[in-house]
Order: sequence, then structure tokens, then C-alpha cells
Amino acid sequence: MIGLENATVRFGPRTIIEGLSFSVPVGRTLAILGPNGRGKTTTLKAMLGFQPLDAGRRVAPDIVGYVPQTGTSNQRYRALDVVVMGRAAHLGIFGQPGAEDFQIAHSALERAGAARFADHYFDRLSGGERQLVLLAGAIATGSQVLVLDEPAAALDLHNQERLLTLLNTLRQPRDKAIVFTTHDPNHALSSADDALLMMPGGQPLFGRVAETITPQHLENLYGVPMRVVELAGPSGETHQAVLPAFAGIRAA
Amino acid sequence: MAALAQDEAAPMVRRAHLARQTLVFSGLLTLFAVAFVVSLCVGRFAVPPARALELIWLGATDPWRELATIDERIVLLVRAPRVVLAALAGAGLALSGAALQGVFRNPLVSPDILGISQGAAFGGALGIMLGIWGFPLISMVFLSGMAAVVLVGLISRINGRSETITVILSGLVVSSMFSAVVSLLQFVADPNTSLPAIVYWLMGSFATATWERTLIAAPGLIIGGAFLWMLRFRLNILSLDEAEAQSLGAKTNRERWMVFGLIAVIVGSQVAVSGIIGWIGIVIPHASRLLVGHDHRALLPASVVLGAGFMVIIDTLARTATAAEIPLGVITALVGAPIFAMLLRNHYRERNGS
Repeated sequence: MIGLENATVRFGPRTIIEGLSFSVPVGRTLAILGPNGRGKTTTLKAMLGFQPLDAGRRVAPDIVGYVPQTGTSNQRYRALDVVVMGRAAHLGIFGQPGAEDFQIAHSALERAGAARFADHYFDRLSGGERQLVLLAGAIATGSQVLVLDEPAAALDLHNQERLLTLLNTLRQPRDKAIVFTTHDPNHALSSADDALLMMPGGQPLFGRVAETITPQHLENLYGVPMRVVELAGPSGETHQAVLPAFAGIRAA
Repeated sequence: MAALAQDEAAPMVRRAHLARQTLVFSGLLTLFAVAFVVSLCVGRFAVPPARALELIWLGATDPWRELATIDERIVLLVRAPRVVLAALAGAGLALSGAALQGVFRNPLVSPDILGISQGAAFGGALGIMLGIWGFPLISMVFLSGMAAVVLVGLISRINGRSETITVILSGLVVSSMFSAVVSLLQFVADPNTSLPAIVYWLMGSFATATWERTLIAAPGLIIGGAFLWMLRFRLNILSLDEAEAQSLGAKTNRERWMVFGLIAVIVGSQVAVSGIIGWIGIVIPHASRLLVGHDHRALLPASVVLGAGFMVIIDTLARTATAAEIPLGVITALVGAPIFAMLLRNHYRERNGS
């Protein structure tokens, strides 16, 4: 379980989030949606405890599996060694990873579908491959909570699809609380149970995807007219998709 | 099919990696052992290698023996403490450099950057000027080195936390303050007595090494080094992005200062007995990274062995290349600076290439 209660964060005179409350129990997935600069990242940081709160309370376990947008170390480590670092919280300051930790790292890589990169250098991988390795690292922490910062932001369509499928396989056993930020409402439709919309004017909207991802709310959120269309999926079932009004109009 | 082939290839990749590491480490250890023995043999009074090895054996098995012959006295009382001290100092400096570069996530920082060396130099210069010698001098050097780190800590701590860049800049500030005071001390020092001693000491030398001095420096070097070695996996974590490291449970700020403290112990002990020796802390970790990679679990031991070997070689050159002793700082700069320039160019060429 992870969440915030009545959280407020100010940067000088600017109030970034105010009185924000939400919680994600184990078994559910939350998508935090909003355009740039509306406090998505601040909310994430506050939730992880990196950002001190000016008011309110943070509810989180000791260890949270955190997947940063990109690994930003200038050091050259093998992917397996990056994943094994996820075990650090269990090892203490003087601890060394043992055979068991490497075993856990291996199976985490397999769960993230990145086992084939185990012996590659992390800094030589592509953006999408790094994301998978970082996700494996978060799984290796053994935490019940996974927090992903803009997991799909730097990915092309193919890799987005792979990532969303992966998120759904991680969701399936319903044994984790998962939170991710995104600017694409379709990601929330495909892989989340709940959504938190960072509305303009600072009154965020938190609720089930079916109730929050609606054309009216999304128009408010992005300031762009929105349409929700129903599409037939590959095996006949219907999917919902969100399109901004400018999509599907052929340029003259 | 491709995935299957890769699954089978993985253990082979790992085995090749292990074989390479083993090869590199045995190479480094051989280099160190050869440098150690050669250094005991060469000099104004040459000793054959077999005799040197025999003397080491005798000295190690029966240290309190009467030293009768001249070669015994030279090898065991003059050269051996010097070589051991050089090896310890080189190992300590290289280890400190490797740890510091990891913690700062910046490959170009070295122990001098925290102002430790200059702070320690101030304590030493002041001590020599006041006519203090022996253990009091060494403790003074050590304490002023620690004071420099504490000062850097106080200056860089803003709103309860210190950013990497402010730490580096504060180190620079403290460093130049101390070096200005050292210049002032040199200016007012007696040119007939204390000035030459200060200048010589500032340039770094193992010429004054005795077993007693080695034993004074050894505890700090060994204890500091042992703690850094225990932190080897933690250094991997601290070398990550701040947020990532914190999410893995690291108290980044506190742990970073713990590493700085250990480095102050190591560098303070080294400066106290052998003056300022630059470049080792930056050149050796880089060379080691090229050999064994960036993982601190392999990088730290490689830096220790290579640093020890390199320092022994440099010191041997310093006392045998010419009739008089060449100050160490001169040779490490002459050898280190070009190597560093080369590494720097290679580093950025590779980065731009990939």
C-alpha cells in the first residue's frame, strides 16, 4: 500500500500540490495523468519520500521498487549488476550480494523479459532495454510496491506495447501495488485500475479508470477536445481508445 | 532460436569474464611482487634477488634477530620499511581516489579535491616551523587534514544537505585557503633550517622512512582501507543517481560523509609520513577501470594492487635514477599527467563514438 494523505508541496511561493490524497492498495494499479508541469513528478517524489511534504503525510513501506526514467550513472556496470543493486536494502551498508541475491536478480530479469541482456553493459543498451533492466531491479527489491516514472515516455510504439503488456503481466497476480505516471490516457485505459488526474486549478481527480478517463475530464485536463472511440481488438473484443480531436483528420 | 542460443552463450560470457578478471589480477599481483623485490635489490649497494628473498624470509620469520652484515642492514632496515611504506601509501591513495570518484559520480575528482592534502600540508609546515618532530608532528598533520574535511563539510552544507557540486567547490576554496597559508609559512620560515625541510616535505618523499614511521602510518591506512573495502557494494549504490540510491535504502548524504571521513584518515596518515603525493589517486583508478571495469567490487582491489606496485616503482626510480633523490611529486606528475591526458582523450573519444 502506498499513498499520500492531505499532502501539500510548495516551492517558494508556488504551490505544486495541495491537499492531495490517494492510496493504492496491493492488487491495484494507479496511473497518474497530466500535462507537463502539473506536479506529476512532484507527486511521485513525494510518494517515494524524496520530496519533503509541507503538510500532510506519506504512507509507504520501507522499500519501494522505483523505476527511474533513465539510469543516469556514468559508471559502466553489467545489467545483472544493476539489477542486483535492487537487493541493497536487504543487505545493509556493509553487506555484499551473495549467490541467492544473484538468483533473485536473474529471475527478476526473466520476469521483466530482459534475461538476454544480463551480461551486457547497461550503458550500451537502448532506452527501452534499459527500462526493462531498471524494472527488473525494482522487482528484485522484493517490494510489494512498484513506482514507475514515465515508463513509456521515451519508447516507440512497439516498445510501448511491450511495456504495457509487461505491466499487465505484473498486475495479473494482484500481489503488487503499482503506480506509474504518463501523459497518454490510453496507457491508463490499457494497464491501470485507478487514475489520478492532475487537473488545472489544483483540484486533482482520483477514481476508477472507468469513471475518470472520460472525454469531459480529459478535455479539462489537457485543454484539448477529446473523443473516446471503441475499437475491435485483434481477437474480437472491444477496446476503448482516447483520441484528441486533432487526430484522424487528414491534413489538406 | 536466437534467444535459445543467447541463453546458452550467457554462462560462456560469464566464464570468459571471470577468466579475464583472474588473468588481470594475477598480472597485477606479479607486477607488484616483482617491483617489490627489485626495489629491495637496486640502489647504491646492489643486492642479488636471491639474497634479497632470503633476507625477507629471515626478517619475517625472526624479526628480532641481530642484524650483522651490511646487506642485511641495508635491505631490512633501510629499504624494506621504505618499500612497505610506499606500497601502503600508493594503495591507500589509489583506493581513496577510486572511492571518491564513485561517490562523486565524477571520474575527474581526486583526494586533493576535498582539501585533505592541503590541510594536512598546512599542519606539517606549521609543525616543522615550530620545530616539532616525530609523533606530535604526525598527529598535527593528521588533525589538520581532518579539519579541512570538516570545514568543507560545514561550508557545503546548505539547508541541511550538501550537493556534489558545492562539495567540490568548497573543497577548492578550503584547498586554496590552506595553500595560501602554507605559502605564507614558507615565506616567513627560516631559510637555513626549516624552509628546506618544508619544501622537501611538500614535494613528497619516502626517504625518511623507518619501521617506526611505517608503523605510525599503517593503522590509519589499513583501517581506512578495510572499511572502504567493506563498503565496496555500497559504493556501487552511491555511484547511482541520487534518487535511485535513496530508493534502494541508502542514506546518501550520511554515507557519503562517512566515505569522506575514511578517505581523510587514509590521506592524512599518508601525508603525515611522506608529504604530498599527487596524481596516484586519479591515474591509478582510471587505469584499473580500463582493466577490470567500473564495478567497485573489482575496482577497489585492482586499484590497491596497482597503486602499491606503481608507487614502489616510482619510488625506486626516485632514489636510483640520479645520484641525488628526486622528489616524488615531480616524478608522479611527470608520469601521471601524460597518462591522464591520454586517458582523458580516450574516455571522450569512446563516449562520442558510442
